[in-house]
Amino acid sequence: METFSQMLQLLFSGLTIGAIYALIAVGFVIIYNVTGILNFAQGEFAMFGALISISLVKANLPLWLAIILSIVIVAAIGAVFERTAIHTARKSSMTTLIIITIGVSIAFRGIAILIWGTQAQTLPPFTDNTPIKFLEAVLLPQNLWAIGLSIVILIVMMYFFNFTFTGKSLTACVVNPFAARLMGINPNKMSLLAVVVSAGVGALAGTVIAPISGASYDMGMMLGIKAFVAAVVGGLTNAPAAIAGAFLIGIIEAFTEGLWSSGLKDVVSFSLLLLILFIKPEGLFAKASGKRV
Amino acid sequence: MNKKSLKLIYNNSLVGPSIFFALLFCIPLVGSNYTLAIFTMIGFYALICIGLTMLTGYAGQISLGHAAFYGIGAYTSAYMTATLGFSPWLAILVGALISALVALLIGIPTFKLKGYYLALATLGFGIIVYTAFKELTSITGGSNGFFGIPSIHLFGFEFVTDQSYFYLIWLFVFMALVFSRNIIHSRIGRGLRSIEGSEIAADAVGVNLMKYKLQIFVTSAIFTSISGSLLAHYVSFINPNLFTANTSIYLLIMVIIGGLNNIWGAIVGSAAYVLLGELLKHFVPVFFPNIGGEFEIVFFGLLLVLTLIYMPNGLVPQFMKIARKLKKKERHASIAFTIDTQATGGKAND
Repeated sequence: METFSQMLQLLFSGLTIGAIYALIAVGFVIIYNVTGILNFAQGEFAMFGALISISLVKANLPLWLAIILSIVIVAAIGAVFERTAIHTARKSSMTTLIIITIGVSIAFRGIAILIWGTQAQTLPPFTDNTPIKFLEAVLLPQNLWAIGLSIVILIVMMYFFNFTFTGKSLTACVVNPFAARLMGINPNKMSLLAVVVSAGVGALAGTVIAPISGASYDMGMMLGIKAFVAAVVGGLTNAPAAIAGAFLIGIIEAFTEGLWSSGLKDVVSFSLLLLILFIKPEGLFAKASGKRV
Repeated sequence: MNKKSLKLIYNNSLVGPSIFFALLFCIPLVGSNYTLAIFTMIGFYALICIGLTMLTGYAGQISLGHAAFYGIGAYTSAYMTATLGFSPWLAILVGALISALVALLIGIPTFKLKGYYLALATLGFGIIVYTAFKELTSITGGSNGFFGIPSIHLFGFEFVTDQSYFYLIWLFVFMALVFSRNIIHSRIGRGLRSIEGSEIAADAVGVNLMKYKLQIFVTSAIFTSISGSLLAHYVSFINPNLFTANTSIYLLIMVIIGGLNNIWGAIVGSAAYVLLGELLKHFVPVFFPNIGGEFEIVFFGLLLVLTLIYMPNGLVPQFMKIARKLKKKERHASIAFTIDTQATGGKAND
């Protein structure tokens, strides 16, 4: 039973990381599909979410309020980012817009250094963090929070996109921006909405992971890149595929780290990225006929 | 882009580069060792950025993994000279060859696809190579770094002083610049410029875009690798942190600041990046004494965004605007110039 409990343990930590990647990857997919931009600043939303909630907790706010407030603040940061950087340059080429998001991500990281310094900080766990024994494996409640919360959020998003008017309009922009425009949907507003929603979800991902692995100014980059790998591996053009990709990457990383070497987990997931790009660029779980030509 | 800058792009004479490099080569006669070290650093970056400007500006591809080629060059040189005892020149050649092969391997599958797959593939590849530098400790020395890389010799002359290295690196930059200008004026350059008009039309008239993009990508990988090799011999100590994804992004920043539509942008951008970095390192701690880490990235990030929004063609056209204003006072544009720009299309402000 020794190996079984170890496997279970690894699967569990893989699901936790996968859940975090999924939250960020979904934001990624939304922005990509509505605006066509690969948003390299996506991970920085998680970083801001984590650090802002830590500061609010230090200011003696209750944890739940700090988390909600930080999500709202990061969503506002997302709105400012969209209006000042993306909207102003919307007539430029896609290459330019993508490089702008790279610039913004660097600037965000720099701002974080100016505000919080380079020291890593932690957020208290959401609830009492005594380990729970489950089938020979030890589970931490915070990990359950991560998995549970992200599943809830993903269901809420699914509902939002398929059953609400605003969500439907956003989906319409994804499917056919021109037709959506003819139906009276304003793509500029939708682009703003897309960035705000994915910034908020990214912030939540940050607050969830902060009690597990700490928070620092440079946490966003790796999170963003991994979520990005997850989205490409799963399928950039649809959210459920990206989520599946996120869990797959999370589990693969956990097993590589546990059974092989922690230094090589990046190599494994990026090799998978290259393999997918070369063999099945539309993604593992996406339908064969994507949106792209 | 305006007509005047188009003319500058199609200007194939060696007069401009010759004057520039003649002036540049006077710097060691007057500059201190600190100045020389700064200019040598600019040279390393300029060599990379010349290739990268062609890749981003002409082939329209974003690379987020050029630090990997930089590192491949550096580590190949380090390993072949310090461990195996080969000549540095052979090591530079082998490094360039490896980088070219790797670029082919990544380029062939990615250029078949439309969109931004090169950005994704190079990002992944860059991180894999970085991890390899860190993990293959028996060859690279791992995170501790690689010590004792010998200096370069040429016919008994040893490049050890800042002065000699300044000339060496800028000689390479000069050759790369002339070579790249020739590429841009060749069929490859014209073919690539046609993408800007319409990729479908270019394809239809038989421009083999994939091949051209691949050639540019491989060329830029070779330049970057050579720069890395030269760096290794210059500093004699390298470690994996010189070749992270951040380095790739800084290279991209240099290219953008300088401007994508002109090969000179590479030199202007590298100079702007290095000089601004030095300034920030000196002056920011005066005002914020407690500041730590790589705080200067906030300036570079903002600079990148502002450049792209407010002067998407980079610094070079701004310089030319000033030069034009000065020139206008002297004489009006000649008729010959008007005909010339009509022939080249004179596409405004793309």
